[in-house]
Amino acid sequence: MRSALHLCNFEKLASGSTFAGVIINRINYLISYNMLSKRSLVGVRLNFHTLAVLFFMLIGTQAFAADPAVVNSDEAIAAGKAVFNANCKTCHKLDQKMIGPALRGASERQPIEIVKAFIKNSQAVIASGNSYYNDLYKEYNNTIMISHEFLSDEDLNNLLSYIEYGDTVDPAAAAATTGADGGAVAAGGGIPNEYLTVILGVLVVVLLLILVVLGLIISVLTKYLTKQDLDVEDKEFVTQKTNLGKVFKSDMFVVIVTALVVALVAKTALDGLYSVGIQQGYAPEQPIAYSHALHAGTLEIECQYCHTGVEIGKSANIPSANICMNCHTHVQNVQGKEGVSPEIQKIYDAVDNNQPIEWVRVHNLPDLAYFNHSQHVVVGEVECQTCHGPIQEMEVVGQHSALTMGWCIDCHRQTEITTEGNAYYDKLVQLHTDSKDALKVKDIGGLECAKCHY
Amino acid sequence: MKENKKTYWKGLEQLNNDPEFVKNADREFPELPSTLNEEGSASRRDFLKVMGFSLAAASLAACEAPVRKMIPYVNKPVDINPSIPNYYATTYATGGDYASIVVKTREGRPIKIDGNELSPINKGKVNAIVEASVLSLYDKERLAGPYSGGTLSDWKTVDAQAKSALASAGSVKIVANTIMSPSSMQAIQQFAAANGNVEVIMYDPLSNYGIIKAAETYYGSAVLPSYSFDKAKTIVSFGADFLGSWISPIEFAVQYAKTRKISKEKPEMSRHYQFESNLSMTGANADYRTPIKASQSGLAVLALYNAIAKKAGASSVSTPAVEIAHLDKAAADLWASQGASLVVSGSNDPNVQVVINAINELLGSNGTTVDFSTPAYYRKGDDAKMSQFVTDLNAGKVGGVIFYNCNPVYDFARGAEIAAGISKAKVSIATNGTLDETSSLVQIVAPDHHFLESWNDFEPKKGHFSLAQPTITPLFDTRQAQESFLVWAGDSTTYYDFLQTNWQAGLFTQVETAADFQEFWDQTLYNGVLAINSTSEALAPVGDVSAAASAVAKVYSADNVSNELVIYTKVGIGNGTYANIPWLQELSDPMSKATWDNYLTVSQKWATDNGVTMYEGETSKASISVNGKSLIVPIMIQPGQADGTFGLAVGYGRTKAGRVANGVGVNAYELLDASKGFVNFDITSGVEVAATGDSYKIARTQTHQTFMGRENVIQESVLSEYKKDASAGRYHPKIYKDGEFVKPSKISLWSGHQYSQHHWGLAIDMNSCIGCSACSIACQVENNVAVVGKQEVLNRREMSWIRIDRYYSSDAPADDLSAMEIAASNPEVTFQPMMCQQCNNAPCETVCPVAATTHSSEGLNQMTYNRCIGTRYCANNCPYKVRRFNWFKYHDNKDFAVVNVAQNDDLGKMVLNPDVTVRARGVMEKCSMCVQRIQSGKLEAKREKRKVKDGDINVACAVACPTDALVFGDMNDMNSKLSKLLKIEENSTSALKEVNEERAYHVLEEINVSPNVWYFTKIRNKDKNEA
Repeated sequence: MRSALHLCNFEKLASGSTFAGVIINRINYLISYNMLSKRSLVGVRLNFHTLAVLFFMLIGTQAFAADPAVVNSDEAIAAGKAVFNANCKTCHKLDQKMIGPALRGASERQPIEIVKAFIKNSQAVIASGNSYYNDLYKEYNNTIMISHEFLSDEDLNNLLSYIEYGDTVDPAAAAATTGADGGAVAAGGGIPNEYLTVILGVLVVVLLLILVVLGLIISVLTKYLTKQDLDVEDKEFVTQKTNLGKVFKSDMFVVIVTALVVALVAKTALDGLYSVGIQQGYAPEQPIAYSHALHAGTLEIECQYCHTGVEIGKSANIPSANICMNCHTHVQNVQGKEGVSPEIQKIYDAVDNNQPIEWVRVHNLPDLAYFNHSQHVVVGEVECQTCHGPIQEMEVVGQHSALTMGWCIDCHRQTEITTEGNAYYDKLVQLHTDSKDALKVKDIGGLECAKCHY
Repeated sequence: MKENKKTYWKGLEQLNNDPEFVKNADREFPELPSTLNEEGSASRRDFLKVMGFSLAAASLAACEAPVRKMIPYVNKPVDINPSIPNYYATTYATGGDYASIVVKTREGRPIKIDGNELSPINKGKVNAIVEASVLSLYDKERLAGPYSGGTLSDWKTVDAQAKSALASAGSVKIVANTIMSPSSMQAIQQFAAANGNVEVIMYDPLSNYGIIKAAETYYGSAVLPSYSFDKAKTIVSFGADFLGSWISPIEFAVQYAKTRKISKEKPEMSRHYQFESNLSMTGANADYRTPIKASQSGLAVLALYNAIAKKAGASSVSTPAVEIAHLDKAAADLWASQGASLVVSGSNDPNVQVVINAINELLGSNGTTVDFSTPAYYRKGDDAKMSQFVTDLNAGKVGGVIFYNCNPVYDFARGAEIAAGISKAKVSIATNGTLDETSSLVQIVAPDHHFLESWNDFEPKKGHFSLAQPTITPLFDTRQAQESFLVWAGDSTTYYDFLQTNWQAGLFTQVETAADFQEFWDQTLYNGVLAINSTSEALAPVGDVSAAASAVAKVYSADNVSNELVIYTKVGIGNGTYANIPWLQELSDPMSKATWDNYLTVSQKWATDNGVTMYEGETSKASISVNGKSLIVPIMIQPGQADGTFGLAVGYGRTKAGRVANGVGVNAYELLDASKGFVNFDITSGVEVAATGDSYKIARTQTHQTFMGRENVIQESVLSEYKKDASAGRYHPKIYKDGEFVKPSKISLWSGHQYSQHHWGLAIDMNSCIGCSACSIACQVENNVAVVGKQEVLNRREMSWIRIDRYYSSDAPADDLSAMEIAASNPEVTFQPMMCQQCNNAPCETVCPVAATTHSSEGLNQMTYNRCIGTRYCANNCPYKVRRFNWFKYHDNKDFAVVNVAQNDDLGKMVLNPDVTVRARGVMEKCSMCVQRIQSGKLEAKREKRKVKDGDINVACAVACPTDALVFGDMNDMNSKLSKLLKIEENSTSALKEVNEERAYHVLEEINVSPNVWYFTKIRNKDKNEA
């Protein structure tokens, strides 16, 4: 009975706190819906279709033997989906209980005509004494389903087609697509680390072999020489033992070792100092085990849907709980599990208690540096992943880049400016036409102190 | 080119060539201890402390950074986005001072106040006090909730107490400063209706009762007129500091500036005469200023009346003869510009004001420059009624008294009597937001919201309305005072609803264009202001001048030999309501350049006669007693002070304002005279002044930065010369090179910068700058500039990024000692705002060993705090002395917690601008030309894929400037206001722009640092070049 309860929560959120709450949700939704998808992770727009797809992927597909009268054709499913979205979606899902039962298999559970009659006027069917529907009615706390007398028979047929056959996508295929894209993002230049290790290992082995071979040669030669008739000096030379102690005490050795140790310590210290304050890889545990891999990766929700500030201001914004509730009013658990996920429950608790969620800040830029998301995302058209890494693969978000000044400056040195269609740059482009190189950030003052420090 | 032969000096010590001054002037930094402790060198303990700290810091740095939280909203309001400011139009109105304002909020916190451009009154401008008032919202002294019997209580208890007490109190007096709000009056009326015998008594700390009373006598209507300085060609002011503190200074400064802008196309400006005792900021701007004694002021007005009457053919009045320089000239000019003349007086004596009305009537000013048909409601205070109240209170005739956001114990002439009498009232209630001098004496304190948390409406002038709306959720458990009145009247309506109902029934019906009330309300709230067409009839005189004239002739005398005290108002502190704002305390006074102090201004003659000397801030104290009340105050030798007079400012000597203002200076309100039926600010008898010989230090910023007597810093001329030659007064330095004299810009070590996109610059018109210092405070708020406190100002370590240099000048050569005294008696004054000049050939940049100060591709001289290691070479090498060093960590430091509240306590920090770094100890800082605003303006243009429009970006100082003396813009944009002002005609990307405006010059042009800040010569409307 969680669903009913959470609907209450949402209603409280909407009507209880402010009417504006609803509008905000609505606006947020619309904004994100209308937003151009130029920075979506894999270039797929968020729409109800994909939303529906996600539910399927969550719960997996179940097989039903539908009534053969229900047609399995693309047109019928598409038309049925429209009917479903317009009339049923608020209370029903295909494969999960919501306010009403999961619908798939409806035409199998009762004769198709009775199903249609029930959709048109459920109270009439219940009053007629149909035991299945009476039980169902009781099971759902006598919640009345409104009548849909206006639906034509064709509508109903299409609807049933959609209910039985619509939106059944093989989740494995979807995952594969995302995986492939993710892989492409991760590709980088240079020789991968693993190869370097292997090459080094092979080199060491080869060197060791050479050492052994040389040793063998020496012993063979020594043996051969001892058997020869040599004069005293030569004999002494051949039979002499290397005095290791003497070598260790030699000035040369002490100097070399000292120099090496000093160099090593200095290097370690310098590296250590350079890494002070750098939190690359910092991936703290968050109050909610929120997965970007799931939301941004698998479900392909655009970044801007939640991070609403990213195109308008300095802060990208951590989404407020009401943004989470846009979806999580409906989505209460993952992978088709029944009940409410304890992690999602935390959102409900936050909303119920009006207690904000205290997320742990991952990217900590020092206060002396000014960074503005909208400059980079809107004006520079930089992808989120350029700085934040393959966020769509991160279960727990970690700091991908070093966020050092050197790192910023390197990018400013290399990045070309997207000047096309932006009148702001007209004069700069015009003045730059003589140059062979493309107009880069560094050419328009991108390396100057007061661009970031003030 | 005729060279300027004037001697310019910043203070008497420079004029005297004082050895201490010369020594300090040679150095950028005086040798002073670098610790706050008195002991000089570091002790062993200090060494150990530093060692320990370094170790701890090193080990801490190696640890993981602390976990930082990000806390989003549960339910984000649709129009609040973190990091994006919101602006709300509202109204500032305190004690009769009014400004329609726009408040910038970040994450729901008000952080900056600007003027509302839609307001026909203050036209988008503010002054220093309005600008600074945002910090009072975050004052720790604010009450957390209602108080009853001196302890924190709750509203239910307090309301029950107040209701029952008021019901049995009999007569109830509501004491308030001017109430400009129609709805508040309505709420009070509702309270009065419920309680029976209720009377509202209004008074103003800076009373203008004399004008109102005179209007009643002369025009039969007790109102304050609207003044139009912008329509005046000749302005004569008798002691009215209309640019600094008189009635509505922002409005008047905006108007006045319009008459002071000149160009080759319009080489005309108003002529301004000032007759006054203290050297006021307004007097400093006058073309002709005559120091007169307060006792002569009435006679001077009569003399002017007679002179005008003679020209007009009206009968003159009999008056003792008085010799006042420039008075006849003023009369001639006034008469010549009939209909465009304006005579005002700062006197609170109704008789003097009647004569002023008569003069304006003769000049045909009534209806043009003085408008009695559009009354201004800034001041409604009735001194006589208030005085009667004090008498009644002490006689035990007052049953209940409610102090509605006013502090008469401190700021009324008979404050001490009120303090003694409050306990005689059966009920005493205050709605003040803090436990100040008055509210700490009452039984119940029902604290009002801060004005930035309140709903309200105002009618500053007839037909002009403005709304106030909350810009933040109330920080404390306070309640709007009007709501308290409603609750005590048994009405549970919120004031917001009350206000709306009131507007719906009233103003909404008068606006024909509005169809839907909600739409009308929203639009008005968005605009902040509303103008209603109101039919106005000019008032004709009904009274007679002769009675008033004979009264004036009797009271004033031409040859008063006793000392006179003229109590004045400082531009920064005002009436003292906002004395607890450290920004205002540390704002250096436009004239004396003193901070953190109240002092007795004396003339150079008196000082010489009494053996009092002053150099730098080193002075001595004097005791002043006025009819039995005596105070000990430091002495300030003030050039321009009329002989025989002394000046003392109100607004100081607070005892319960809070930790910043308590104990700073003395309270001059105590010395005011209320015995004649009005509050008299000019005390002409019974004043005894004696030097005590105790030494004292006044923290003045005046002589801290100096140009070492280079004479071309100030370039000025007079109007007649300017008409002949637009480059009059200009100094064109020439440098000898290869056998010929060339312009300094022709010789350079530098190859010169290229600014391909923007070239930011600033033009400063010294003709418009009135010295009001609104820019200084605006800069301080915008750029998180630290307040350092009196001791550190004495140590010459103030932090202000923009200062206003005030130069005195006179014809007398500085080495002539006898002439010096004359020079100091009435010098000319020039104000010059000075900030980083953003040099193209910046001397600071070349000496920085770590490249912490560098040049940008947009003409800015950038200061990078995180790179600075504090060598201070840059400051030493700066010819303009505008760089400021952080000698201490001013934030989060208990040593500065009392003065630098905006960077120390949690509440105060809410005012900080999150886009600007709070600087650490040991780094240099300076004017950045509001680079954060430039960056954000550019970003907005880029996001919208367009060019930056002129006016999109403006620096904080220029926005605040009521006279538009500062104009910021892009010199690469040929159509910008700045380019047009400078007459830049060639479209080039070069750093060296060809500026064709004759008046524009660079300070210290001969050293060719090539600043991006241009100054316009000061032109005085005088007949000839004279001091």
